[in-house]
Amino acid sequence: MGYFCTYVPEEILYAAGVLPVRILGSHEPQDLTEPHIFAMFCPFCRDCLAQGLKNRYKYLDGLMIAQSCLHIRQAYTSWIKHRPVEFSKFLCMPHKVQSPHAYEFLTEEYKTFKNEVEDWMGKKITDKDLKNAIEVYNENRRLMRKLYELRKRDIPPITGEQVMEVVMAMQMTDKAEHNKMLKDLLKKLENHTPDRETGSRLMILGSEDDDTVFMNMVESCGATFVIDDHCTGSRYFWNEVENGKDLLSSIASRYIDRIPCPTKDWEERKRIPHILKLCKDWNVDGAIIMQQKFCDPHELEFVSIKKALEDAGVPTLFLEFDVTVPIGQFKIRVEAFLEMIGEEDLF
Amino acid sequence: MEQEAKYPTEKLKCWQKAKDIRMKFYQDYVEAHDKGGLRWAGGAWTFDAIPAGLGDDVYPITSEPYSATIAFDKKLSLECMEATEVKGYPRDLCSYMRNYWGSIITDKFAFGYKDGEFVPRFQGAKPIGFPKPDFIWQDHICCSHAKWYQVVSDLEGGIPMYTVDNAVGPSHELTDSKIKYVVEQLKDGIKFLEKTTKRDYDDELLYKAIRNHFVSTSKWAEACALNKAIPAPLDEKSIYSLYVLGTLQKAGKQVADFYEKDLLPEVQDRVKRGIAAVPNESFRVMSDTQPPWSFLSIFRYLEKFGCVSIGSLYTFGLIGQWEVKKDGTWGAKTIPNMEFSSRDQALYEYVKYELHKPEWQHFYSCHFKSDLMIRIAKEWKLSGVMLHYNRGCEGLTVGIAENRLALLDAGFPVMAFEGNNADEREFDEARTKAKINAFMETLGAK
Ligand code: SF4
Ligand code: SF4
Repeated sequence: MGYFCTYVPEEILYAAGVLPVRILGSHEPQDLTEPHIFAMFCPFCRDCLAQGLKNRYKYLDGLMIAQSCLHIRQAYTSWIKHRPVEFSKFLCMPHKVQSPHAYEFLTEEYKTFKNEVEDWMGKKITDKDLKNAIEVYNENRRLMRKLYELRKRDIPPITGEQVMEVVMAMQMTDKAEHNKMLKDLLKKLENHTPDRETGSRLMILGSEDDDTVFMNMVESCGATFVIDDHCTGSRYFWNEVENGKDLLSSIASRYIDRIPCPTKDWEERKRIPHILKLCKDWNVDGAIIMQQKFCDPHELEFVSIKKALEDAGVPTLFLEFDVTVPIGQFKIRVEAFLEMIGEEDLF
Repeated sequence: MEQEAKYPTEKLKCWQKAKDIRMKFYQDYVEAHDKGGLRWAGGAWTFDAIPAGLGDDVYPITSEPYSATIAFDKKLSLECMEATEVKGYPRDLCSYMRNYWGSIITDKFAFGYKDGEFVPRFQGAKPIGFPKPDFIWQDHICCSHAKWYQVVSDLEGGIPMYTVDNAVGPSHELTDSKIKYVVEQLKDGIKFLEKTTKRDYDDELLYKAIRNHFVSTSKWAEACALNKAIPAPLDEKSIYSLYVLGTLQKAGKQVADFYEKDLLPEVQDRVKRGIAAVPNESFRVMSDTQPPWSFLSIFRYLEKFGCVSIGSLYTFGLIGQWEVKKDGTWGAKTIPNMEFSSRDQALYEYVKYELHKPEWQHFYSCHFKSDLMIRIAKEWKLSGVMLHYNRGCEGLTVGIAENRLALLDAGFPVMAFEGNNADEREFDEARTKAKINAFMETLGAK
């Protein structure tokens, strides 16, 4: 099952024996989506749709999205029309996650969804299946938190680029397998000292981001990403499913209480204290705020995030991303930023 | 290309009254505190019957029509846009929102007084600042809705804010649980209002406001349905000045009365007498999304070709409520015939009714919108469609490219033009007119 947004309750799919696979772009320029998505929508949603139109996810039996931002919704709706799949679902994830009524509402939506998946798969999802899925997913989250803990070290044993690869793999593979590999990785990293300078300790945050080329460029300029706030990063796995009233409502609580995407972070801006805490705990020297062009949800957020970071003494660099990034230009800006941070360290 | 008149035409008699209601709306908001009343801010889609329960002296300002007013004032709009950009907000964000924020940042209100009369700023009003609302009462279905007011609250140094999530799925999938989710939020909202304003809540006022809401939204649709007639009694440029009342205060008695007692009878009469909005009507088109407000002249330009824009899903369904009638055609939604006996029941009916809003459906899938557009194109007997690829509003432009494909598939010629509802820097009038020329030629206009 291809899924478009990290608000999709993967546990329910996994319990049904369905493998959730996140739809990501390929970072290749294309004009295939021009007749389908107006150019003022974010490059990520167009890049994702392009993969569908190019039949690159031909192996999918189903496709789904959980209600999040408007942009990505278009990739989903165009895809299911022009490359129909056996099972498709728009799951009505509530926006007002700060409302106490969101829990019950989402649980009801899950009940319907569970029935639909059962009908499609031709078998019941038992409590045992769900419990197992929750356990596999929670273990995965715990292991990822351990991996992130290692990045707190003065010399982090793993780069931001490598972690990004781990998260992307996590969003595409069977979590049980991923757990096995993560355990191996953690063992290897336990006493590992990398053969590189850590340099400035950076955070990266903002829109959807799987641009490993950019990560690599920054990390070759005398810096290491030690933490992130991305849906292709920590926001995806930070919270676990905790024991609640029943299994579906426990899952619902997890998705409601998770670190929010900006589309759901209101009336209070709860993400800001979380980001500040990450900066403090991971001892960050500076933050790169990356923004997909035209990504309204994050555009509506970065002004206040930037201010909060700067008020907390964390310098920021703002960069606007497209399907491909002008790596040369960005390098000059990143170097200047790192130099500025370096000078601050000096005095 | 000027064509001979085929039909008689007349100015709308209720025109001035519509204008007066609009001006009074803004004046009431400005002067609310002088009379000991309250004022609040929220979007055009907000559940405005709810704050009505706080008293008869509680006056709203709705963000989108206010921002369109700014857009109409090119000089003020540019100042607002630039002030917002200076604060760091990108140019591609919702242009209504940027106008609105700019009006707060520059502290320039779009209306004021000239020789004691309340008039728009561009008519020479003495400048006044943006009157700060006492509270924010918003809804959220577009990604920008709640975030818009988060920033307003920040800019004003913190205004109590409550937002209702109404994005619970398309109307054909409504369930009890979806309706209740919204109802429960409204109930919490009432508690918020009581706490914030320290006023007691009056359910009788709520019931009246909900009834007004039913009347406004249904009667507006009824008037729009009359535009199926040939010749069309209303053209889109006039429709803009009429639908706006529903975007100001759909739960207001003055709006419900106007639609029911002034507009509707007059449009019925025009149809009966064959009065055309455009006397040389030969072609009928519809548009989509908000127009570029400072360039409404493009609609007059159409008339030179004998082309009338009869409206759009946007003008029909932004506020209007519709249903499929027994004969399979689209008509005004039937007003629920019931007494309200409790707050819970009234809220339930209000929400159940409102969640059918046609302009909320495409938020779930552009294909629902394509179906509605094709329906309008058929029932309003259109020759073609003009789609405004509106860079200023992601909420209504979402899926528009798919709408274009679907309309073409259904056999309707489509002209797409790029622009911006409220940022005139992004509209090229000459280019759009050249496109219209070519499109009219396709439709067979000489
Ligand atoms: S959140 Fe931003 S980057 Fe992600 S899909 Fe939406 S608009 Fe695109
Ligand atoms: S983008 Fe459009 S729908 Fe969204 S808040 Fe702005 S005007 Fe409204």
